[in-house]
Amino acid sequence: MFACLYAPGNSCLLVECAGYFSPLIEETSLDTVVFDIQGLRGIYGPPEQIAMEIQRRVGVAANLAIASNPDAAVHAAQGIRGVTILPPGHEAAVLAVLPSYLLGGSPEFARTLDLWGIRTFGEFAALPPLGVAARLGEEGAHMQQLARGAGHRQLRLRVDPLVFREHKELEDSVDLLEPLLFLLSSMLNELCERLRFYGRFTHEIRLRLELERASPHSVTIRLPVPMLDSKVLLKLLQLELNDKPPKAPIEKIELELISVEPRITQHGLFLPSSPEPEKLEITLARIRGMVGSANIGTAELLNTHRPDAFRLRPLALAKGSATSFHPKPAFRRFRPPCPAQVWCTDQGKPARIFSAKGGGSILAYAGPWRTSGDWWTGTVWNHQEWDVEVQSMGVSRIYQDCLQSQWYIDGNYD
Amino acid sequence: MEGSSALLRHQIQSALGSRFEAVFLTEKKAAGETLPSMVGEIPRGALTEIAGSASSGRTSLLYSLLAAASSGQEFCALLDAENAFDPESAAAAGVRLSQVLWVRCGGNVEHALKAADMLAQGGGFGLVAIDIGDTPEKVVRHIPLAAWFRLRHAVENTKTTLIVLAQQIHAHSCSTLKIELSRKRTAWNGLLKGFETTARCTRNHHVQERSFTISR
Repeated sequence: MFACLYAPGNSCLLVECAGYFSPLIEETSLDTVVFDIQGLRGIYGPPEQIAMEIQRRVGVAANLAIASNPDAAVHAAQGIRGVTILPPGHEAAVLAVLPSYLLGGSPEFARTLDLWGIRTFGEFAALPPLGVAARLGEEGAHMQQLARGAGHRQLRLRVDPLVFREHKELEDSVDLLEPLLFLLSSMLNELCERLRFYGRFTHEIRLRLELERASPHSVTIRLPVPMLDSKVLLKLLQLELNDKPPKAPIEKIELELISVEPRITQHGLFLPSSPEPEKLEITLARIRGMVGSANIGTAELLNTHRPDAFRLRPLALAKGSATSFHPKPAFRRFRPPCPAQVWCTDQGKPARIFSAKGGGSILAYAGPWRTSGDWWTGTVWNHQEWDVEVQSMGVSRIYQDCLQSQWYIDGNYD
Repeated sequence: MEGSSALLRHQIQSALGSRFEAVFLTEKKAAGETLPSMVGEIPRGALTEIAGSASSGRTSLLYSLLAAASSGQEFCALLDAENAFDPESAAAAGVRLSQVLWVRCGGNVEHALKAADMLAQGGGFGLVAIDIGDTPEKVVRHIPLAAWFRLRHAVENTKTTLIVLAQQIHAHSCSTLKIELSRKRTAWNGLLKGFETTARCTRNHHVQERSFTISR
């Protein structure tokens, strides 16, 4: 047995009401919901009693139909006001009065019925089946079955979006990290079990702590790879909370794990090993706690001529293809550049240098190279660079900032 | 002397090898597991020190090792005590930046050593390098020998190459290979052409010297 609720503009209410009676729900359209009520006879009694319960529960004006198959229930609910119960074997008689456009189907099918002068389910159902099949094909035969209330199909079940969220209101506020971690541990275990049940992993942890007389404290940890180890997730939360503890006692905890497809990888037999993602993430979180999150990652060069232009990105454990390499003079930067005093010859060539890194006569030099850019922004630069060799400093790159007329040592060739 | 010690080792191994397999296993494993470089093979599962003054070619050697490891699809970590790493010149030397984890320690050597220890303990990295090349000597001298022992122990029996780049040799007996670099000459031809460098490699009290050129 199937029940169908039809109420234009109330889809959420209909789904909620159907969910009260059955877990097997189909959202046929925005205003129509069909659900399986097979097992309710034992609880409520005959279909009339079930219909009364549903009507009472839905609370708004809605058409309700109960039939032995989903399509008959849908058509009856969409076409007949109030409560309709279609006794098994008598569906065709009840549906006969319904207008034929409720059948749906392709535009060609609807046009053909219109040309034939078919206006109701009953008229279409009365046509000889072989003739309908010969003229309208498979679609026509199927539609005639529906018009007779004899459709056979499974429900297209509504799948709830998977939400893995736990919340806990605390009777006494928690102001220490240890009891908080104890609570988080049990919540994480619960959530990870649920994730495991659905065959899912998580790639993001969202923690929201409601505080006593203070604005909520939120923590979001994005994982580089999907994980499902509650101990690892707890350790990451612990390191994050150690680094940025809440400012007031905690009254309520909300923890959510965003679910994703599991990570399936097949490592090459002859490829070098790489760090284990879970272990690495904890190590990186520990190092982040020491040096700061802005100081760890992989460097990515920016598409600009600005000196020392790069950004740090999180380490991704994806291997690239092998490349060739060539030994070249490397450069070591001084960050920030070291201010220097430079004495130049009459021709404007650097002759002596003095700085905190050392100084002396310049033995050899090459340059100058002028670079400038970003004049259209507030971070304009205009440099005149030289490579110089000084006995005590080695070979350095120095530059004169033409905007400030100040010399700096950029770094050493090493 | 070398020949007689090898003969002695062979005799001991043939006599006791079947009974005490584990004693000889480490040595067997380490053989052949090295990283190629300009100055010869750098051992894996051991601590290697690169020392030299400014412009001695020590950073070029480090970048070539990073390039060798990262081009072989290994992950590397660089613990940069003084924030001296230049990604542009590293990329020009062939380093795959996406496979190099760069940790900027803002002048804190202790952080660099701790981070290196954590990464080495975690495993999976082909090369872990600690760059304390610009750290003042008086700070580096205060690093206790136990810290170097701990680092050496962390990479033992792994495939990780642990490199320490400094101005002088500090780890002493903890390092398997010591490479001391000195610049012989700087080549100019209107531009900086490159360096001629001498490397003095010490391994098991055997000293080898070799010269190489780093050119643009």
